[in-house]
Amino acid sequence: MWSIGPIGFAAPWLLLGLITLPILWILLRAVPPAPIRRRFPGVALLLGLTDDDSQSDRTPWWLLLLRLLAVAALIIGFAGPVLNPQSDRTGTGPLLIVADGTWADARDWQTRTERITALLAEATRQGRTAAVVTLTDLPADLTFQSADAVAQRLPNLSPQPWEPNAEALSAFTDTLPSSFDTFWLSDGIARDSRADLLARFEDAGQVTVFQSPRQTIGLRPARFEDGEVKLSAVRTPIGNDLIATVTAVGLDPAGIERPLATVDLDFTAGEPTADNALNLPPELRNRITRFELTGTRSAAAVSLVDDALRRREVALISGAGDAEGLELLSPLYYLREALAPTADLIDGTMEDILLANPDVIVLADVATLAGSEGENVLQWIEGGGMLLRFAGPRLAASDVGRATEDPLLPVRLRSGGRAVGGAMSWGEPKSLAPFTEGSPFFGLPVPDDVTVNAQVMAQPDPTLANRVIAQLADGTPLVTRKIVGEGQIVLVHVTANAEWSSLPLSGLFVQMLERLAVSTRPATPSATDLEGTTWLPQSVLDAFGRLSDGSTLPGVAGDVIASATPSPDLRPGIYASDDQRLAINVIGPQTTIDTAQWPPRITVEGLAVVAETPLKGWLLTAALSLLLIDIIASLAVGGRLHGPRSDAVVALLLAFALTATPADAQDDFAVQATSDVVLGHVITGNKDVDNTAAAGLLGLSNTLFRRTSIEPAAPIAVDIEADELAFFPFLYWPITADQPLPTREAYAKLNRYLRTGGMILFDTRDADTARFGSSSPEGRKLQAIARSLDIPAIEPIPQDHVLTRTFYLLQDFPGRYASRDVWVEAAPPDAELAEGMPFRNLNDGVTPVVIGGNDWAKAWAVDQYGDRMFPVGRGMAGERQREIAYRFGVNLIMHVLTGNYKSDQVHVPDLLERLGQ
Amino acid sequence: MTQPLALRAQSEALASPLPALLAEAEHLASAVLLGEHGRRRAGLGDTFWQYRPAQDHDEVRHIDWRRSARSDATFVQDKEWQIAQSVILWVDQAASMRFTSDDNLPTKSTRARTLSLAAAILLNRGGERVGLTGLRLPPRRGAAQLEKLSTILSEDSDTDYGTPDAQGMLPHSRALFVSDFLGDIAPFEAALTKAADRGVRGAMLQVLDPHEEAFPFDGRTIFESMTGALSHETLKAGELRTRYLDRLAARKDRLSELARMTGWQFTTYHTDTSATTALLWLYQALERRT
Repeated sequence: MWSIGPIGFAAPWLLLGLITLPILWILLRAVPPAPIRRRFPGVALLLGLTDDDSQSDRTPWWLLLLRLLAVAALIIGFAGPVLNPQSDRTGTGPLLIVADGTWADARDWQTRTERITALLAEATRQGRTAAVVTLTDLPADLTFQSADAVAQRLPNLSPQPWEPNAEALSAFTDTLPSSFDTFWLSDGIARDSRADLLARFEDAGQVTVFQSPRQTIGLRPARFEDGEVKLSAVRTPIGNDLIATVTAVGLDPAGIERPLATVDLDFTAGEPTADNALNLPPELRNRITRFELTGTRSAAAVSLVDDALRRREVALISGAGDAEGLELLSPLYYLREALAPTADLIDGTMEDILLANPDVIVLADVATLAGSEGENVLQWIEGGGMLLRFAGPRLAASDVGRATEDPLLPVRLRSGGRAVGGAMSWGEPKSLAPFTEGSPFFGLPVPDDVTVNAQVMAQPDPTLANRVIAQLADGTPLVTRKIVGEGQIVLVHVTANAEWSSLPLSGLFVQMLERLAVSTRPATPSATDLEGTTWLPQSVLDAFGRLSDGSTLPGVAGDVIASATPSPDLRPGIYASDDQRLAINVIGPQTTIDTAQWPPRITVEGLAVVAETPLKGWLLTAALSLLLIDIIASLAVGGRLHGPRSDAVVALLLAFALTATPADAQDDFAVQATSDVVLGHVITGNKDVDNTAAAGLLGLSNTLFRRTSIEPAAPIAVDIEADELAFFPFLYWPITADQPLPTREAYAKLNRYLRTGGMILFDTRDADTARFGSSSPEGRKLQAIARSLDIPAIEPIPQDHVLTRTFYLLQDFPGRYASRDVWVEAAPPDAELAEGMPFRNLNDGVTPVVIGGNDWAKAWAVDQYGDRMFPVGRGMAGERQREIAYRFGVNLIMHVLTGNYKSDQVHVPDLLERLGQ
Repeated sequence: MTQPLALRAQSEALASPLPALLAEAEHLASAVLLGEHGRRRAGLGDTFWQYRPAQDHDEVRHIDWRRSARSDATFVQDKEWQIAQSVILWVDQAASMRFTSDDNLPTKSTRARTLSLAAAILLNRGGERVGLTGLRLPPRRGAAQLEKLSTILSEDSDTDYGTPDAQGMLPHSRALFVSDFLGDIAPFEAALTKAADRGVRGAMLQVLDPHEEAFPFDGRTIFESMTGALSHETLKAGELRTRYLDRLAARKDRLSELARMTGWQFTTYHTDTSATTALLWLYQALERRT
């Protein structure tokens, strides 16, 4: 394929046709545009007029250019141009395809495998042997196989969440044969091991690197500082401003993992890092299990959270809370000082504290808890809580745990306690004995200056020895512990202030609290701490940032953990030892990411497999559109855009350009319909009927306005297809024989309207011709319309229907015709006429439909001057009928608006009787 | 079986313009109220003009006894002099008149026929006699004459440009020439001078299409007459516009000069304007006293 730049041609010889363009130019210049033949009577006046310019009218240059461009586009189009034609690489011998295979590859691993597939396909065509290697998962010995066989194993290839190990790499280079070509799919991140490897590859043969410039972002571990969670992310320092969203993921109270908070990290252009802080309530913060960079699929985008962020919630309750005293004498002062930096402290009453479900409750010199409180606390301890009690004068003076063991005390206490080394007592103040093995305090150095002056004494007991975790030099228990359910109760036999001992003044106090897991440990254990420990992976992260269960993986030695660098032996994840959890993340707190730089001698190609784009279609389309423009331009030049029938051309052109923009009047309609009570009539499509209906409702509205407290505005014509019906309490629907059936949507709207209290008066306007039993076209149309409507069972208006007395007392419901066939919703079948009552007890529901044919609108209709528009009956009898028609209208609207109020009046005698009136 | 049907269809097509033409002309004519058309002097007629004292030569049976009884003298009724004037029409039926620049505009021919027939109806209502130049339809009165007139007016001629027929013009009658006057002007001059010689006065109505007045053409164009007999090719029609318009103006000048010399009236009417204006002009031009 012959190519110019990125464009290749399938049939380049056709391009020779471009030579003809100048010839075409000359030809087109020479030939004037074809004449138009016009019939024109004025030709007689033209005879003898010669053109001033004897030369023929030439085609203008721009039109020529347009045509030449069109022809050129045609020629080039048929020459088969292809953007980015795929030219095969040449080469022989074995081919090594190397992918970095780190977490940075995970984001576009699919693209990389596609690229490798393409390279292997190429190698297959050339009959080369090949091998595919990821640097994070190096094979023991490298074998080159036929490329298609390698391609089949490609799905096994996956990135790993760690960096290539330099030692493993050097071991790997030793196994390499002497001569091969290398394709290196780089992940784009600079690392030191690259240079040696590259040198080795270059020794063996040609090296081509595939690397596309892009940004890689990594999330550094979150830190807890100054009461906030500090988040930081690092990226390759290229690119513009970028906002990376970090989501804190954790378990909700129901144990379901969900995003708890999000925070944006703003990278400014050129800056490698971005920081932000997240301020969360402790309850929420303690539940965070990991942070994730939204929208990035990579192990670096996930930062697992260990105990570093967890802060224990400690509730402090003192027995002497309301005692006035010096601050330093407060039982809680030293506890506060010791715990405040590392734990979240809670104050309050016991009920409130238990609701917050703290990790630890500290009771300083509290003897007894109220009955229910004690039970609740015990329940909380059994659920995993830790109750830390300190002794004091109150506890010593109380009788708690004297005779029997108190459930909230680890041991029985002897009354009174003891005082040693005081002015009134024998002996020296006692110092602490070294902590025995098995005690949580084992290993803590015991300072000499810690002395105890007074303490409460444990009652000797068979279980006492097991429960002592610290004792004085004379063997009396100082700290005792009892395991209750999941939790524990710890009693320190001295006060929490410096009154009984100097323990709270010493550093040991803080360390003991820490060992008791009252306070939070330092974030990362030091290497010496880790020595000899074994950590079990709980969950591990793969290169794509997915967490999986790690319980089947072998434990990791503490010194490996101490390196904190992910490797095949130490997968990133959460590791647990005892009650401590440690997170190993891909990105450490100091990690930086830089773009890999390659020496200039190395060919660096883009990673994307560039697809061939045939341009033939585009060029031919361009040629066609140029020719279309040429048609219009030729018409214009030839004078055909003026003169007769040019308007048709212009109209045709305008038709393409114009688009109608219908205005939305729905809001106006809503305001108009809802600012007052408005009667509506359904538009039938028959202009006369619609006008009559509008005039009729106007007449009825005027009558209502004059006679009743209903003061409707001018009626509105309602299009049931387009308009909202809910605004109208009442719709008048004249039926015409030729009106269309409502659409499905309109039916849904109508049914909703009827169900939610609207009323429709159907008027077939045929009462003079159609009676019960006979039918009319309007009647049949009404049946067709009503078939899909949600209309209840109906009956002719009974004598005692509420319509007969909502405002006027009526027994006839005439319109322009005086038929009595007016139908309403049927009364319930169990309606009974009560003894002594004029009406049946029908007081439920407003009839959703009234159906008749009396052409009420014509009887009600008035014109703009208020004059009646249609005659009704004859003489005074007719006027009387019109009056009754108005009264029916008034009753109807009253019924719609007041419901069954008048029907309820039936009960008035009953009610009065009950009230004893 | 097809022959009678075809014949019927043809005759229907042939006959269809007639009532339409008449009806349209009637409609147009009804827009003009009949003005005073009497001669404003005593003479032969039906309408009362004035009472005058009876003279010796008046016959006794002419004496108006009712009037005379109110005085001592005897009076006779003078009738208004009502002489029917003869108006002869010449309407150009040549092919050039069948031009229209737009489907929405009537052809010049349609307008010319409608206008002349409407004028004929008005004149007929006014009691004048209406006929055509030439010998086919001498001036007469009555509805039958209008029928014949419309029939003959509906005929089309094959020639490109019409030439007036100066034959059959009664002396001192009125004449109405309706044409586009785009053809050779010599026959018009001859006809007009001949008419003037006979004391015939009248009006010339030039009916033009808007395109003939504007010449909105451009580009290389071959202009052909309606029959295709005449043609003129130009390479730049746009450049001919001014010269064409000059020639048209010269033609109009010549016609109005002719009219002035012979005492005729001349105006130009465009088919895109209201026909009623033209009819009013015609009416007044024919009404004008010499």
